[in-house]
Amino acid sequence: MEIVKRPHVENFIAWAKDKPEVVVLTSDLTNSSEVGKWRDTYPDRFFGMSMAEQNVMGFASGLAREGYVPYIHTFAVFIYRRPYDQLAMSIAYPNLPVKFIAFLPGITTPGGVTHQAIEDVAIMRATPNVRILETGDATEVETVLDVAHAIDGPVYVRMLRGEVPRLFPRHEPMELDRVRMLSDGDDLVVFTAGITTEEAMRASQPLADAGVAIRHLHVSTHKPFRDPLILESIENARHGVLTLENHTIIGGLGSAVAEVMAEAGAGKRLLRLGLRDTYAHGASRGYLMKEYGLDAAALVAGVEELTGKTTGINEQDLAAARVEATHSLAKVEAL
Amino acid sequence: MTSPGAAGDWHEGAQAVADNIRTRVLGHVLRNNGGYMSQALSSAEIFAMLYTRIMHLGPSTAPMVPRPFSGVPGPDNPHFFNGGAYNGPKSPEYDRFIFSPAHYALVLYAALIEVGRLAEEGLDQFDADGSTVEMIGAEHSPGVETTTGSLAQALSQAGGIALARKRRGDTGKVWVMMSDGEFQEGQIWEAIAELARYELDNVRVIVDVNGQQCDGCIDTDAYVEPLTNRIRAFGASAVEVDGHNLDLLDEAMSLETGKPHFVMALTNPAKGLPIFEQRAPLLHYLRFVSPEEKALYEEAYEGMVN
Repeated sequence: MEIVKRPHVENFIAWAKDKPEVVVLTSDLTNSSEVGKWRDTYPDRFFGMSMAEQNVMGFASGLAREGYVPYIHTFAVFIYRRPYDQLAMSIAYPNLPVKFIAFLPGITTPGGVTHQAIEDVAIMRATPNVRILETGDATEVETVLDVAHAIDGPVYVRMLRGEVPRLFPRHEPMELDRVRMLSDGDDLVVFTAGITTEEAMRASQPLADAGVAIRHLHVSTHKPFRDPLILESIENARHGVLTLENHTIIGGLGSAVAEVMAEAGAGKRLLRLGLRDTYAHGASRGYLMKEYGLDAAALVAGVEELTGKTTGINEQDLAAARVEATHSLAKVEAL
Repeated sequence: MTSPGAAGDWHEGAQAVADNIRTRVLGHVLRNNGGYMSQALSSAEIFAMLYTRIMHLGPSTAPMVPRPFSGVPGPDNPHFFNGGAYNGPKSPEYDRFIFSPAHYALVLYAALIEVGRLAEEGLDQFDADGSTVEMIGAEHSPGVETTTGSLAQALSQAGGIALARKRRGDTGKVWVMMSDGEFQEGQIWEAIAELARYELDNVRVIVDVNGQQCDGCIDTDAYVEPLTNRIRAFGASAVEVDGHNLDLLDEAMSLETGKPHFVMALTNPAKGLPIFEQRAPLLHYLRFVSPEEKALYEEAYEGMVN
């Protein structure tokens, strides 16, 4: 598997070159949000606005009303948590085209509770007019900008930084409200998003070897959540549905799937894996994913619970499993 | 009521608008059995000066009788319209009006009527179900361009607009009308610091310093004073004036300081309606406690009309 170093840095510079309407606002986390070089490349389109996020929302609102498309770059918690009233009233209510590039989703940071955005998808899902995207790999980091930019309204993007794996081929960009089918099977359907997708990909082959056929769907659009493949997959899953999210299990991906199931009367089990109504703490990503049950092993345990089968898969099997860039089967089927 | 601008210099027209705002709002409050009265009494001259003397606005592009509510802004609503159209078209040379304390909506509507941008019967829709003439206006309400009813958000929004306009080379200013209670919110101080840092001297702020908030008198020792000096210390210019004196307002609002500029209009929340002072310190919202009290206000109203 290819690991891409800081894919957003150069990609965003190249992408913004012929888009003079794109401006960037930060609140003292410029390099931490991977736009230091962007600032140096386009200094007249960059506004470092201090640790004053409420004001950043208002300035972005005003710039958007005047025809600019502000890309706010900062940590997720400083977008949806600290200045929520400003986000809702100055930007979301008027449906202004402000793009929130929200770094450090979930437990991707050792920065602890203050830096970990664990309920952002829930809050943004509940905020009218806001569309929500989440990047799961380097290809999605590189292509999420086109998706966000094409939406005439506010978009919240769970963004990855630093070393990011490439799970999806470069020529298969993120598409709005389209899930990627990464494996197919009719025992279970597994929904993942962001960093949990790699975990599920790690479990796929060992599970197949153990005789459990899962349909794995990768979600990059949390809202809207209307791809017909979502319900179709739920209806075809013999033993039920499993969600694995880097987020509290209340209000995020698990809840979105539960809503689809309940509204369609899909009478089958749903197991939601993720942070179980708890805050986390400062530690490494791997440690926290294991501690809170966000990893491949947690997924295997969930599969065993829903199927009633013992797979015999152990942590060594999962660690040894190779993850390679995977074409979306959904795309193939659509053709 | 006297008719504005009928004769004489600008003072007469402006004062007539101010007087008529007070009278019209009191009349409405009597019909409505309550309302935001002190805001009209304190800010009548401010609105009169903005709309007759200070702001450079084009003619309204909105219907005199406001359209009914047609849904909130959103991707699925092509019918939304913005109340800023009552302040004329957006154009490089024109000023923009950003209205911060949205519970002053009744005063704004009265001002729009007095200057001929809104029909008198528009006020009949005030707070009526299905109307855009809302009690606490949002951006579909007449004269309201941005949604600011949660208070203290307008200055940052105006900053973004001013930044964009400055980049474009627009000559028009961005006028913000604020109330003093809003300075208790931290966002205001974030905004002033940033307005100063980006040298947004196209932002002009008129503040109704009436010393009033919902719970009564503003605790000036704890929160606000010395407000004017604090604004200066944050990098903007600020001057204090008698907010009922047209000449002093004119001078203060016309200053070119090279900085974002704040005019602190010191006002009396019972100006022009002395019996209202009996209700001090709770002046935020007038609700009659007895028929006898209402009769006193009706008597005062008759005196103002005639």
